[in-house]
Amino acid sequence: MKIGIVTESVPGETRVAATPSTASQLIKLGYEVVVEAGAGELASFPDAAFVEAGASVGTGEDAWSADVVLKVNAPAEAELDRLREGATVVSLMSPALNPDLVDQLAARPITALAMDAVPRISRAQSMDVLSSMANIAGYRAVVEAANEFGRFFTGQVTAAGKVPPAKVLVAGAGVAGLAAIGAASSLGAIVRATDPRPEVADQVKSIGGEYLEVVVPDEDKEVSSDGYAKATSEAYDRRAAEIYSEQAADVDIVITTALIPGRAAPRLITAADVATMKPGSVIVDMAAAQGGNVEGSVPGERVVTDNGVIILGYTDLAGRLPTQASQLYGTNLVNLLKLLTPEKDGQLVLDFDDVVQRAITVARNREKLWPPPPVQVSAAPAPAAAAAAPAPAAEEKPALTQRGKYALVAAGVAVLFLVNAFAPAPLPQHFTVLTLAIVIGYYVIGKVHHALHTPLMSVTNAISGIIVVGAMLQLATDDVVIRVLAFVAVLVASINVFGGFAVTRRMLGMFSK
Amino acid sequence: MTAFSVATAAYIVAALLFILSLAGLSKHESARQGVTYGIAGMAIALLATFILVVDVSDTLGIVLLLVAMAIGATIGLIRASKVEMTGMPELIALLHSFVGLAAVLVGWNGYLQHPVYALESLERIHSAEVFIGIFIGGVTFTGSIVAFLKLSARIKSAPLMLPGKNYLNIGALVAFVALTIWFVASPNIWLMIIVTLISLALGWHLVASIGGGDMPVVVSMLNSYSGWAAAAAGFLLSNDLLIVTGALVGSSGAYLSYIMCKAMNRSFISVIAGGFGIEASGGDDTDYGEHREIVAEDTAELLKNASSVIITPGYGMAVAQAQYPVADLVRKLRERGVEVRFGIHPVAGRLPGHMNVLLAEAKVPYDIVLEMDEVNDDFADTSVVLVIGANDTVNPAASEDPTSPIAGMPVLHVWEAENVIVFKRSMAAGYAGVQNPLFFRENTQMLFGDAKERVEDIIRAL
Repeated sequence: MKIGIVTESVPGETRVAATPSTASQLIKLGYEVVVEAGAGELASFPDAAFVEAGASVGTGEDAWSADVVLKVNAPAEAELDRLREGATVVSLMSPALNPDLVDQLAARPITALAMDAVPRISRAQSMDVLSSMANIAGYRAVVEAANEFGRFFTGQVTAAGKVPPAKVLVAGAGVAGLAAIGAASSLGAIVRATDPRPEVADQVKSIGGEYLEVVVPDEDKEVSSDGYAKATSEAYDRRAAEIYSEQAADVDIVITTALIPGRAAPRLITAADVATMKPGSVIVDMAAAQGGNVEGSVPGERVVTDNGVIILGYTDLAGRLPTQASQLYGTNLVNLLKLLTPEKDGQLVLDFDDVVQRAITVARNREKLWPPPPVQVSAAPAPAAAAAAPAPAAEEKPALTQRGKYALVAAGVAVLFLVNAFAPAPLPQHFTVLTLAIVIGYYVIGKVHHALHTPLMSVTNAISGIIVVGAMLQLATDDVVIRVLAFVAVLVASINVFGGFAVTRRMLGMFSK
Repeated sequence: MTAFSVATAAYIVAALLFILSLAGLSKHESARQGVTYGIAGMAIALLATFILVVDVSDTLGIVLLLVAMAIGATIGLIRASKVEMTGMPELIALLHSFVGLAAVLVGWNGYLQHPVYALESLERIHSAEVFIGIFIGGVTFTGSIVAFLKLSARIKSAPLMLPGKNYLNIGALVAFVALTIWFVASPNIWLMIIVTLISLALGWHLVASIGGGDMPVVVSMLNSYSGWAAAAAGFLLSNDLLIVTGALVGSSGAYLSYIMCKAMNRSFISVIAGGFGIEASGGDDTDYGEHREIVAEDTAELLKNASSVIITPGYGMAVAQAQYPVADLVRKLRERGVEVRFGIHPVAGRLPGHMNVLLAEAKVPYDIVLEMDEVNDDFADTSVVLVIGANDTVNPAASEDPTSPIAGMPVLHVWEAENVIVFKRSMAAGYAGVQNPLFFRENTQMLFGDAKERVEDIIRAL
């Protein structure tokens, strides 16, 4: 089959759907690749490089009439008419936000695959274009901010005086947010990050940021079941707004990345917050195209407020690194085509039993297939799933409440008390000894190094052979049956005592530093 | 100063030495000291008891005692000196069964001896103690035997799934309580026999219905049971040393099992109740994509150019006896200046700390053998991870797929490394019967064959 790589028609778009290196990978999958002349020009991939990689360069007509057309942006209506019957078009489509486009696609005898509809499951990570673009955009957001910001990011002590490090607040620790945190902290800034999902705290820390937790009393933790952030509750929003207000007054740079799939971007930073910021501070609103996280941001524009704060609402951050973005997007496409070409014979096959392939298919042969059935992907188990999980043995017991624990402890203590109060001597003494020994055993073992578990077990095993003492005493009798039983008991318990200690010594002899 | 008072004093000293022994075993530096304390404690206890026996018994009793101990000691010492380190789990399970058996016998003797009590209530307590001792001992005995058989692959390690198995367990417990009450009211030998049989059957069933993957927990749980059996015997014989020692072993074993369970994200109750079954996973027919193979030479090349390597061994390394070549490989790589560490999952192998013992046997320095928590954050900066005979403990599904049967179990995050080489015999699933998406990752390559031979191939290629 023939794959066409076409020139992007959207003004300002610098990316291209294939680079020479991804084109050669496509050829290895058995496809023939035609690149529209000049398609890679803006991303610094000349036509000659594509030819070198084994692709052919043709006119726009050649590329559009291919069996599979790879694009970055969603095709315009005029472009759809250039597709041949039965063709497959792959691009970013935002099908959830563009119902008109979906209808148009479904009106034609073509197959439309939306790269931005890849579900967030680990198997599909290699084709998750939202992640790869967000990564670039997050990095670029820091670069744009640094460009506007009139100071160093890193703190320095120089002969000309001391320079404090810049403080950066990143709102939303998704892929873009994490990329921004990483880039800003590697420039030397102090980076703080917020996110409604507490599970990202470790990720933030791992790349050098400080996670600001929004502590809301008496509220269920937000557990994301599909890998994306969700809308938040009212109490949470109130507390978060306070944090943003506090932070805005303190930090020099704010980068907001908060997006909720299929909804307008949440408003995080109000005009009042912006007014408290220092002159020369920079805000990058990465959600400007979806309505903006920052009051006063304009999509695609650089705005300077009355108090000298610069608000960048660029929507083409990924496209500002065209070579990188094309390379990653192209690789995402190659990975998708690998999935769709199981035989590596250049024949594209769609298998709707595969959740990934089903999820990205928006339309096929005049049939509208959007939206796809939902896919559950997150690592954090949803609360409902835990209850529904079949447990053949013990039913999944709800965790004991604090009160329940106290009740249990009280009952245990009461039983112990009653037994000892009514039992004749020497039972209470024995219980005293037993209880104390249990406590000692628990504490002694608590600090054992993991590597020593086996020696510990074999020593405790040897020690429990102490039962030999009991058997020995029972030998001192005249009854034949008792003697025989005691004899056997002494014998087996001795094996335990001697064998246990010997084997432990042997084992410990091996541990060497 | 009578023989009895000497023995009592000696017992206190022995109990103290046992505590010191366990405390000593918590650190590498003091571990040998710990064993020495343990041996000293045991020697003192045995000597004191011997004096006590000499005081009251006839010559035949003393002779029998010495003969029994000599035979037992010989068998024990020979077994201990011969056992392969890979066979450690079996040996320990077998040793536990001896304590269980001894406890049953001591319990029977307690019944047969009919000590005379001044009070009727004491008589009753004695009866109850006999029953409890026999019951715990019996469960320990057969449970350990089954564990031993499973671990030495003499019987299949798959869990036994009897219909209504929870009811069987509960039924056995209820029957035990009922029989105890009956026995306390009117002791007779038939009840003794019945309770012995019930306890033996329960022990068998409990462990038979636990799958091989849970064996580390089972072994430490049996360890705990053997302690309780000794403690019960202590009550029976009014011997504080037995109670102290038994309780020490019992509580420490229980705590150890609890640690193991946490490491596997399993409910402690369901494992000790013998109920943790293996669920058929729903996602078995999922298409994971294709795995890639690599040969030993290329692996060697990869290792040569690596800056840091982490090795995550599992039971497969024990089976293939690959610890010596692995240790050799580690030495070679370290000589080349490659940073090599081991990442050990808490339940790798069939015994808590199994991998550590094997690596120690092969003279791997213990300061490069790290726990899961110590090493998990470092995978992202690691060039190559060698997964040798581990499967479920490195399964990314545990942290990424909530529908997986092993979901939520903490695992080694090997997939975060640049390259992962998985040593495996075939593409079969691990003990938990769960497919491992790790094998199909972009950065994972499979090195098929016997782990020992493959590691030796790599060493040659180096």
